[in-house]
Amino acid sequence: MSVVTSGSASAGISGLGNSEIRKKGWSRRLYRRERQAGWSGRSLLIGGGLWPKLTPYLFVAAAVLLLLLLTYLPAANMLWYSFTDWSGLGPIKKVVGLDNYFQVFTNPHIFSVFGVSLYYFVGAFVQIAIAMYFAVVLSFKVWFSNFFRGIIFFPYLINGVAIGFVFLYLFQPHGTMDTILSWFGMTSPPQWLGDASVVNFSLAGTSVWRYTGLNFVLFLGAIQSIPPTLYEAAEIDGANRWQIFRSIIFPGIRRIIGLTFILSVAGSLSVFEVPFIMTGGANGTSTFVIQTLQVAFNYRQVGLASAMAVVLLIIVLIVSWVQRKFFADDEVDLT
Amino acid sequence: MALRRVIIGLAVLSTAVLLVSCGASGGGDKAGSGEVKGDITFLTNRTDLKTDGTWDKYIAEFQKIHPGVNIKVEAITDYEGDLKTRLSTPNGYGDVLMFPASLTPDQYADFLEPLGKTKELASSYRFLDIRSFEGVQYGIALGGAAQGVLYNTEVFQKAGVATLPKTPQEFVAALKLVKEKTSAIPLYTNYKDGWPLGSWGGYLVAVSGDPDIQNKMAHDKSPWKEGSAIYVIDSLLYDTVRSGLTEPDPLTTNWEQSKGDLVTGKIATMMLGSWAITQFQGAAKAAGVSPTVVGFMPYPATVNGKQYVPIGGDYNLSINKNSSNKATARAWMDWLLHKSGIVEAQGMVSAILDAPLPANLSALQGNGIELLELGAAPVGDEALFNNIAAKSQVDLLGPIYRQKLVDIARGQSSGDMTSYFKQLNSSWGATVSELAK
Repeated sequence: MSVVTSGSASAGISGLGNSEIRKKGWSRRLYRRERQAGWSGRSLLIGGGLWPKLTPYLFVAAAVLLLLLLTYLPAANMLWYSFTDWSGLGPIKKVVGLDNYFQVFTNPHIFSVFGVSLYYFVGAFVQIAIAMYFAVVLSFKVWFSNFFRGIIFFPYLINGVAIGFVFLYLFQPHGTMDTILSWFGMTSPPQWLGDASVVNFSLAGTSVWRYTGLNFVLFLGAIQSIPPTLYEAAEIDGANRWQIFRSIIFPGIRRIIGLTFILSVAGSLSVFEVPFIMTGGANGTSTFVIQTLQVAFNYRQVGLASAMAVVLLIIVLIVSWVQRKFFADDEVDLT
Repeated sequence: MALRRVIIGLAVLSTAVLLVSCGASGGGDKAGSGEVKGDITFLTNRTDLKTDGTWDKYIAEFQKIHPGVNIKVEAITDYEGDLKTRLSTPNGYGDVLMFPASLTPDQYADFLEPLGKTKELASSYRFLDIRSFEGVQYGIALGGAAQGVLYNTEVFQKAGVATLPKTPQEFVAALKLVKEKTSAIPLYTNYKDGWPLGSWGGYLVAVSGDPDIQNKMAHDKSPWKEGSAIYVIDSLLYDTVRSGLTEPDPLTTNWEQSKGDLVTGKIATMMLGSWAITQFQGAAKAAGVSPTVVGFMPYPATVNGKQYVPIGGDYNLSINKNSSNKATARAWMDWLLHKSGIVEAQGMVSAILDAPLPANLSALQGNGIELLELGAAPVGDEALFNNIAAKSQVDLLGPIYRQKLVDIARGQSSGDMTSYFKQLNSSWGATVSELAK
């Protein structure tokens, strides 16, 4: 904007009528101004040289460089470690080829922990159901709807470690949970964490409590992007709430539901925070990621642990791919 | 503009890489060649001594002898965790540091300065073997501790335990008395925090009276057989849990809280080292109880009429191989060991052979009780025991497999003691045949 103004002003002062010359003078003056300001590089902008083409790449370069340095380089390193017997410290002693992968697939102990993921997988369905229910209800006009939205989303904002500790106290014998249950006459509650048949439900429940908010917000956003005219039309046609949900809302947020499923399945395969903080993987609550961590740091087999991490990555990729097949990314037409 | 930044960034990065690789290849001066002056950094796990000003006090005293020395103390809460990453930068782990436990003996020379020949140092220091590799010493313990059982003397009195138990059977009988006559938890395992369970591996020497027990285990293809040291230790844990003599819900144990619970009589016994005595006495004072309630006894096992108390070095002092001021680093380390008085102040067993035992242990000597140190592994096998424990995933000095044993004893995990020991034997044995020559 300012460049144009100064250009026309200069043209006015020099009093040149010819537009050709005026253009020339404009660019030359601009060139000089840029020189004075020390922006020698910018002047090429006018000439249409190499720099303008490079500019977008330079902007992207910083981000790409960080991405490479902090994500892809470590990932590549991990892939490399997975072919060695590195202990995590000092030089790499030996390249063992596919030995680590062979161990991952032959040691039944390593894969058996995926059973624990089932609890979180089932938990994910519960979580989606709760989130969807509240998202639908709170997308209509309800009293205090903003307040309730805040409450439901709030747990997701709390640090996972803090949540772990809060629930640790909740689940303690004679803790908050037992006290509340005793008001309703339940005098001999199970050990929420100590009983091996209950502990995974407790942990999956904690996980549901924590992540419902995220699903809720995703659903709510998707529901609100459905044009309100559709609801009006449906109401005029005499549709009830359930019919509105089934024919407008559900198809309208199908894509988000698909996405949530992928996130949930990937999440339940790689659960870590909640069980690690609350039980440290003891009492049959170990998950694949906790086990990977133990192999790397308790048993000092970073090579094997890297192979486990790579296998987990591949499993998650496969699951996502399968899911994409089921939830084909077709355009949804509501009209 | 952006390009310039990128170029500068790249330049900085490559210089850093260059510096790092230089440091890794040859940096650091030769120990003993320099003068004692200049700056050094001291890495320690004892954050409490930084908070209460003890380190500053020591540094001030050291500076009286060596003016011109500046010591920066870095007290790290998660010492082992932080050190694991800091070790990857040649100058990132200070000049003098507490020996990082994650190093295996064959890695010592890659990171740390040799302090002398183990044989020569052995005439004046205890606790050398664990930080020695191929006859060269890389760390000297600041002090040491004895492994035993901490108990509440008043609870034992109330329960009618007149003489301290000397065998596992007597111990279980005493715990049963405690359960009957008092409301205390007879034995607190600290299952959730884990590391106290890991330290049960330290009783191998107590049960066998054999300083070479670890090395023997490293060549034993089925160590969990009736009567063996590890069998005695682990079956005692199994039996106490099975008989309901431990905490009802092990998943919610809490180390910090357990200190107060022991001194106030809610817990009767805990398997711990003598290093914990001062902490528990502190807890007693905080709870308004006399510190004399904290008793310390040997592990309940008797070999040929004798009870052995394993003693071992606590954190070792060591010097960064890449330090640029090794003379000063060594001077500070020697001063801490010989002149500072830190060992007496902390109630530790001194690493110096001639020094007397601390007050809290002097009562242990005599009465058929003998202090016994873990012996050196033969040259070439220094890392074997630890490597077998890691490779077989039976973390003998860690919590994971004993937590599982507790779960089995509680009936929360399938199997029983026999089947679990069989499983442990097969994992351990397979690794022994793979790694032991």
